[in-house]
Amino acid sequence: MLFFAATTPNAASITPTNFSNLVVQNGYILVLAIGMVMVIIAGHIDLSVGSVAAFIGGVAGILTVRPLEQDGWEWLPALPWWAGIIGAILIGAIVGVWQGFWVAYVGIPAFIVTLAGMLLFRGMALLTLQNSNIGPFPDEFRAIGNGFLDKEKTFNTLVGFPIDYNLTALVVTVLGVVALWVAVLRQRSGKIKYGQIVEPRTWFYIKNVILSAMVLYVGFQLSQANGIPITLIVLAVLILGYTVVMNRTPFGRYIYAIGGNLHAAVLSGINVRKVNFWLFVNMGALAALSGVLIAARMNSAVPKAGDGFELDAISSVFIGGAAVQGGVGTVTGSMIGGLIQGVLANGMNLNSVGIDIQMTIKGLVLLLAVAFDVWSKRRK
Amino acid sequence: MSNSILEMRSITKTFPGVVALDKVTLTVERGEIHAICGENGAGKSTLMKVLSGVYPFGSYSGDIVFENNIKKFSNIRDSEAEGIVIIHQELALSPYLSIAENIFLGNEIKTFGLIDWNKTNQEAAKLMARVGLEENPVTAIKDIGVGKQQLVEIAKALSKKVKLLILDEPTAALNDEDSAHLLDLLRHLKGQGITSIIISHKLNEIEAIADTTTIIRDGHAIESLHMKKDSVSQERIIKGMVGREMENRYPARHPEIGEEILRVENWNAYHPIDRNRIVVDDISMNVRRGEIVGLAGIMGAGRTEFARSLFGHSYGTNISGKVFKSGKEIKVKTISEAIDNGLAYATEDRKRYGLNLIEDIKRNISLASLKSFVSMGLVNNNEEFKKASEYRDSMNIKAPSVLSITGQLSGGNQQKVVLSKWINVNPDVLILDEPTRGIDVGAKYEIYLIIQRLAAEGKGIIVISSELPELLGICDRIYAIAEGRITGEVERKDATPELLMKYMTMEKGRS
Repeated sequence: MLFFAATTPNAASITPTNFSNLVVQNGYILVLAIGMVMVIIAGHIDLSVGSVAAFIGGVAGILTVRPLEQDGWEWLPALPWWAGIIGAILIGAIVGVWQGFWVAYVGIPAFIVTLAGMLLFRGMALLTLQNSNIGPFPDEFRAIGNGFLDKEKTFNTLVGFPIDYNLTALVVTVLGVVALWVAVLRQRSGKIKYGQIVEPRTWFYIKNVILSAMVLYVGFQLSQANGIPITLIVLAVLILGYTVVMNRTPFGRYIYAIGGNLHAAVLSGINVRKVNFWLFVNMGALAALSGVLIAARMNSAVPKAGDGFELDAISSVFIGGAAVQGGVGTVTGSMIGGLIQGVLANGMNLNSVGIDIQMTIKGLVLLLAVAFDVWSKRRK
Repeated sequence: MSNSILEMRSITKTFPGVVALDKVTLTVERGEIHAICGENGAGKSTLMKVLSGVYPFGSYSGDIVFENNIKKFSNIRDSEAEGIVIIHQELALSPYLSIAENIFLGNEIKTFGLIDWNKTNQEAAKLMARVGLEENPVTAIKDIGVGKQQLVEIAKALSKKVKLLILDEPTAALNDEDSAHLLDLLRHLKGQGITSIIISHKLNEIEAIADTTTIIRDGHAIESLHMKKDSVSQERIIKGMVGREMENRYPARHPEIGEEILRVENWNAYHPIDRNRIVVDDISMNVRRGEIVGLAGIMGAGRTEFARSLFGHSYGTNISGKVFKSGKEIKVKTISEAIDNGLAYATEDRKRYGLNLIEDIKRNISLASLKSFVSMGLVNNNEEFKKASEYRDSMNIKAPSVLSITGQLSGGNQQKVVLSKWINVNPDVLILDEPTRGIDVGAKYEIYLIIQRLAAEGKGIIVISSELPELLGICDRIYAIAEGRITGEVERKDATPELLMKYMTMEKGRS
């Protein structure tokens, strides 16, 4: 990041607008990476998510926009934007039911099922869209991918705040930081109450002060641009929610247990099939959300959407420290992995690096990141 | 110049915390069939691994003298080059390759760098004729039975110009007919000058075929018996295998036995792949509150298979039979059903089936009972930590904290984690499969105390063990299992190693 800050013309990479771009341009990959890290921790893989995203983009188009002429969907009225989104995510979950059934109950390796799904749902995307595009989407729908929280700064005018900074963004950021402190302090005191060893007080404060400063800095930057992107809000909710799922619910624990030692998990009475099944349903729903974000951002449902995104999501997960054998990985790690890729691509774009060099570098970064991980583990 | 083909002189091999072999000396005469006997864990396999170079030169002390030269094998290839070939109990064949391909695997017949298939199949056919295997050389391994697969292994050994053939439990998985054929073949090969070492638990086979028998116990070579000259009986071998003094290695036992808590009736299970092979054959047994019941049997007798088929049908197919808990019939079709009905099974192979080795102690202990830590859909990490810490203290798990990764613990401590995990589901009947395998003497004593404590709490305990002294030391009653059937039931006061060994080696159709 610093490297690009120093090298990009006019320090374009640290402008407020670019911060905002970084989030919205990578949001759909990050959403995929959340589902993907769960799948990978359990020892599976999902190659179909890019195709599913394209298919669901098409579905969202049919549901919310006036359908294509003479496409056989004339009977279906265009739904309100929110119903369209819910419907699209539900259909994504049904896609997950399909794949989960084959993986969990028939016992076909996820690699095969989702490789088939990659072709199948790309085909379905072409079928639903009849090899053409659907758009434009309603404004509210577009806002998920492109919109900002209180872009018009109505809150500023309401309280008479200087118009240079988006007040809503600042308030939300500060609230976020307060919530962070409440959460970490509560967790710490809970641990102390139960006699657990906690990190030294100074380190605890230094760590969280730095973290807060980073959040405040990003919020401050965003407030100088258009405000907080809606995509960022969606992402924040997902990251928080899925971190809790992975660490605090039996479902999340079972995922780690299955990936860590399948036999031991089975003999501990875990219904492995059920867990695998719901993993893929969840992945389908998240892929659908990703498809909605893509369609909203492009303001058009395109059959070629999401091409190769499964690989970006998988790279994010592995750069974020997950293990190919399963059992290891975190949601936050994958987010960092995704952002590292995003920052790289963004920085190289601003430096006008060609796609050829970009791909080469992306490939090397993935390999070196994982090699470093393997190497550091071996040294231990 | 002696006539011995092999002398292993004063071989000592240690693993961290355990002396597996202690100055073992073994002399094998040229052209004889030499049997090695001993209980599971006595050190037989370790000795053979030293001989074949699995444990390379330098990792043991002592000398291997083969054909009057000291050998320093650093891997299996070195020993095979000298004509020493070992055939393991789990056959090392590639199931989808043909018989001929398997025979010459790693040793292909080539002309100009390409495999000469005609010659390969022709040579294979010759070798197959030598071992009496009537099959087409191009048949895939998966399509022939275990007995014939064993013959393929021997043919493979012959292709390597074998001088000393080592067979580890060659007849354990074979039926009577195949076993008889194999023993005939060994005699036949002996006639061709091939020396064999055979590791076996089947004493009648040893009696029938061996020229010399060496008994290994607790890592020591106890004695070598000349079968003909000394006219050695099976009883004599049993005496050598078990004849150790019972020291104070077991805590004193004062059982308080209550009413029956678990009864199993006419339990049957078949092999999951070889679906016609019965693995658990009409077993009926019971356990009472506060009672420690032993299941004795050699490896492969069906003890683990019985336990696992009982525990939520986690092994086997076509399982039938009835289970009663405190007189009421219960269903145990799935593992969660079995757990809900108060059964728990702590596996014999804790690394493979018991623990998530990349996860910490806390999460391993809570895994089978995670639901009990949940409030409002979320796991209470602090309660989980507290509970795990309690187990760390009460079970004396030696680790800096319950956040330590289980893969880094010693065997004894890992076993305590497994036990904690199952105790925390609060079972009424706890099945412990080889609870002290691979752990040192001190930790064993602690495990015995834990077992006694659980029994004193009114649970019924079933202990599966290959170590007879262990069963005799801790159990109130012992069932002997052989070939999937219960061949004897002995009360503590009547139990002797000789009697149990007799039941354990009892074969079908004999008594």
